[in-house]
Amino acid sequence: MNYGYFPGCSQTGSAKEYDISLRRVIDKLGVSFDEIEDWSCCGATSAHATNHKLSTALAMRNIMLAEQQGMESIIAPCAACYNRLIMSQFEIANHSGVKQETEKLLSSKFLKDIKVFNVLELFLKIGINKIAENRKRELSDLKVACYYGCLLVRPAAITKFDDAEQPTSMEKIVESTGAHTIDWNYKVECCGAAHSIARRDIVVDLSKNIIDDARAHGANVMAVACPMCHTNLDMRQRAMRRKYPGHEEFPVLYLTELIGLALGMNERELGIDLHYIDFKYADSALENSIANKMG
Amino acid sequence: MTVRVLPGSVKIFSGVEYSTDYKYMCSDPGQNLIKEAIHKYRLDAIVVGSCSPHMHERTFRNAAVSAGINPFMVEIANLREHCSWVHDDIESSTHKAIELVRMAIEKVKRDKPLTKINVPVTKRVLVIGGGIAGIQAALDVANAGYEVVLVEKEPSIGGHMSQLSETFPTLDCSQCILTPRMVEVHQHPKIKLLSYSEVVKVEGFIGNFKVTIKKKARHINEDLCSGCGLCITKCPIKKKAYNSFEEDLAFRSAIYIPFPQAIPNIPVIDETVCTYYKTGKCGMCVKVCDRQAIDFDQKDTMLVADIGAIIVATGFKLYSIDKKSADSKYKGYGEYGYGKYRDVIDGLQFERIASASGPTSGEIKRPSDGKEPKKIAFIQCVGSRDDSKGISYCSKICCMYTAKQAMLYKHKVHDGEAYIFYMDIRAGGKMYEEFVRRAIEEDDVKYIRGRVSRIYEKNGKYIVKGEDTIAGMPVEIEADMIVLATAMIPQDNAADLARTIGVPYDKYGFYNESHPKLKPVESTTAGIFLAGACQSPKDIPESVAMASAAACKTIILLSSDTLEREPVVAKVNEDLCAGCFYCKKVCPFGAVEVKDVKDINGIVYKEVAYINQGVCQGCGTCTATCLSKSIELAGFNNEEIFAEIAAL
Repeated sequence: MNYGYFPGCSQTGSAKEYDISLRRVIDKLGVSFDEIEDWSCCGATSAHATNHKLSTALAMRNIMLAEQQGMESIIAPCAACYNRLIMSQFEIANHSGVKQETEKLLSSKFLKDIKVFNVLELFLKIGINKIAENRKRELSDLKVACYYGCLLVRPAAITKFDDAEQPTSMEKIVESTGAHTIDWNYKVECCGAAHSIARRDIVVDLSKNIIDDARAHGANVMAVACPMCHTNLDMRQRAMRRKYPGHEEFPVLYLTELIGLALGMNERELGIDLHYIDFKYADSALENSIANKMG
Repeated sequence: MTVRVLPGSVKIFSGVEYSTDYKYMCSDPGQNLIKEAIHKYRLDAIVVGSCSPHMHERTFRNAAVSAGINPFMVEIANLREHCSWVHDDIESSTHKAIELVRMAIEKVKRDKPLTKINVPVTKRVLVIGGGIAGIQAALDVANAGYEVVLVEKEPSIGGHMSQLSETFPTLDCSQCILTPRMVEVHQHPKIKLLSYSEVVKVEGFIGNFKVTIKKKARHINEDLCSGCGLCITKCPIKKKAYNSFEEDLAFRSAIYIPFPQAIPNIPVIDETVCTYYKTGKCGMCVKVCDRQAIDFDQKDTMLVADIGAIIVATGFKLYSIDKKSADSKYKGYGEYGYGKYRDVIDGLQFERIASASGPTSGEIKRPSDGKEPKKIAFIQCVGSRDDSKGISYCSKICCMYTAKQAMLYKHKVHDGEAYIFYMDIRAGGKMYEEFVRRAIEEDDVKYIRGRVSRIYEKNGKYIVKGEDTIAGMPVEIEADMIVLATAMIPQDNAADLARTIGVPYDKYGFYNESHPKLKPVESTTAGIFLAGACQSPKDIPESVAMASAAACKTIILLSSDTLEREPVVAKVNEDLCAGCFYCKKVCPFGAVEVKDVKDINGIVYKEVAYINQGVCQGCGTCTATCLSKSIELAGFNNEEIFAEIAAL
């Protein structure tokens, strides 16, 4: 399949490491993809809060570009981008007049059905056995809390790939890396999302609840697949400690970073060193496994 | 539409002797106008331009009969629904009204007098379902002197009511008020109780049904068993099957009686767990039974009964919160854990916990660790009134039973706290509102208006996250046990049974009444009546009232020796019939039979279709299908219909 890669704004800035690790990991798994040329904003946040037509047109512009560049499907790693793209496709298909209106705005016609994948769908599509086959390292001392957040599996009627309230697809992927997953309560709870800027107080409490529950259920690391979630769960831990002095640091990794570790890459290659909360596991484990082999 | 121009406009059509108009033709003076006109102008047929024949055809036909005209020489042109209600162009709709009357005139000129058909009535009633509705209906019919066959799929009658602890709004013990009725059913000379049985086939028609009932093998000889229960005490298989009467909160043995007051008090062997059926060994029950009542080789048996009328009282089940057993049609409750947490239970499970005969002997203990919950949260409308879960309706009883359960909890756990999350409190009924007030004011049950978004477990407690929409604030309660008032939905096999017995059902699977207001206990199939929660969610008083009403309708039906039926039935012209039997394939009522035609020597020379006039409902499907045009529907034959069309 000819994948088009739609990074979205966060992959070029705050979630650079998500972009780096995703590119490396899927390359390692032998998936070829091209970045959509001249991609633009997906229509999230401000656009879709202020002008619905604009937000649909922005999302569809990227899909249209992918179509024109001969791509059959799109990888959208950011959960918000993914949501905007599939919601726009849904509206085009189901709400009368939206297709014509958007085509007019973009001066082009949508001819093909382009499938948009989030990273969970992407790895399930590539095949989790492929991760297991290429595994260079057992991450068996990791107990991972898989955190989905709000947008990855919702709205269920449109995403149609996992249970919206009790999802399990990320667990399947993480287990293919050799790491263990835990059963916990907060996998689809709200992290506070875009309130991160305007109402940090809300975000600190919501995100801390998520981390506390993961820890209480025995996790030693969390996996996410959304730049916004990562920002709140990783970057806001300093603010958590200011408000709750007893707060202990808890590492939060992108799913792609976790897979990268299993495939034998180090934390620098995967951009893990760019996180606010340090994660030292990678090197020590690699050393251990090398030491084991040599010994 | 302008009514006053109609009499003059239709008077000119050929065959019309007299025409007039009157504002309330269905009233007594209106009917008198018709009768007088019949005498004065010696009329032989009548056309009434009025409202739907559904409402008043019978009125005008009776008027015609009393003036000496055959009732089938009356035609109705439906002007209200077809003209004055659907068009705002008065001139055109008046023209249309004239055309409709003209069609009816052309038809009535060709109508032939028809005579009603008489069919005999079998004076025996089948009641399907032995819950409180079925029990009430069976007793009422039997007390009127008619025979009743009561079929119950479970090993005992009693239904859901036998599982309840106490009933609202009086708090009397459910078992205590139900058991005398169950015993009465058992002892009634007119009632034949077929427990552990199912209706598998219904043939025939009103007054003359032939019903096949499958009596499932209990593996017990019912005539020999004394119900001593020794086999149950000695059965070594104790913990392999959940006790469904206890809503899976307890285990039962492989040979069991569902509950101590069961009627009949005869055990059943569960083949799926019994050691004998797995290994051929054990047979402990055989050894201890001194009456030799155990019969491992017993097979299902089929019984056929002649039945005059059927009362369907198959009841309901609760929407399952369990992911696996949740009907795929519905969406389940992942946010409440899909039944993952053992202390998140449904309303019926709480009834068993609160019941003196239940697994905890009436002490309020939570299932996970048997501790007494000090804080309990009840959540109403779980499933009900939730389009996103596929159920739009209100289950009607949950507001009341939740108030009752919270009250029972407070009566038993004095230092406990009870919270109820609700959307609206619907307490319409005698002493119902007062009952809810009592829960709030006397028993200090805390009502929170709002939905619960999520339940999760934390250190052995359950965090209930919700919203208080009156305070406009999110709320979080740390509860020890949660009770979900899940929706009432039709039984699993409701749709299959509906097809077997031939009653229509709605999109949920509840059985349809014939008219929501004026025929609430009749199904649309003649001779089949509905009682209780199989028609829609209902509480006990309503189910009982409906059951008595259905019984009354049944008794009316059985009170005469023959039934009058409309003569609008199809008839085959045997000379023309080619014997293709397409009519037999399309007939929705199974009225078409194969008939041999013999020559004078008694030798069969062809097969033709024959329509059983007792079964035929006059739908006309066969008439339209017949390739050789050999079927005619009385009152709607080709000549009449073509004349109507030609009149346009």
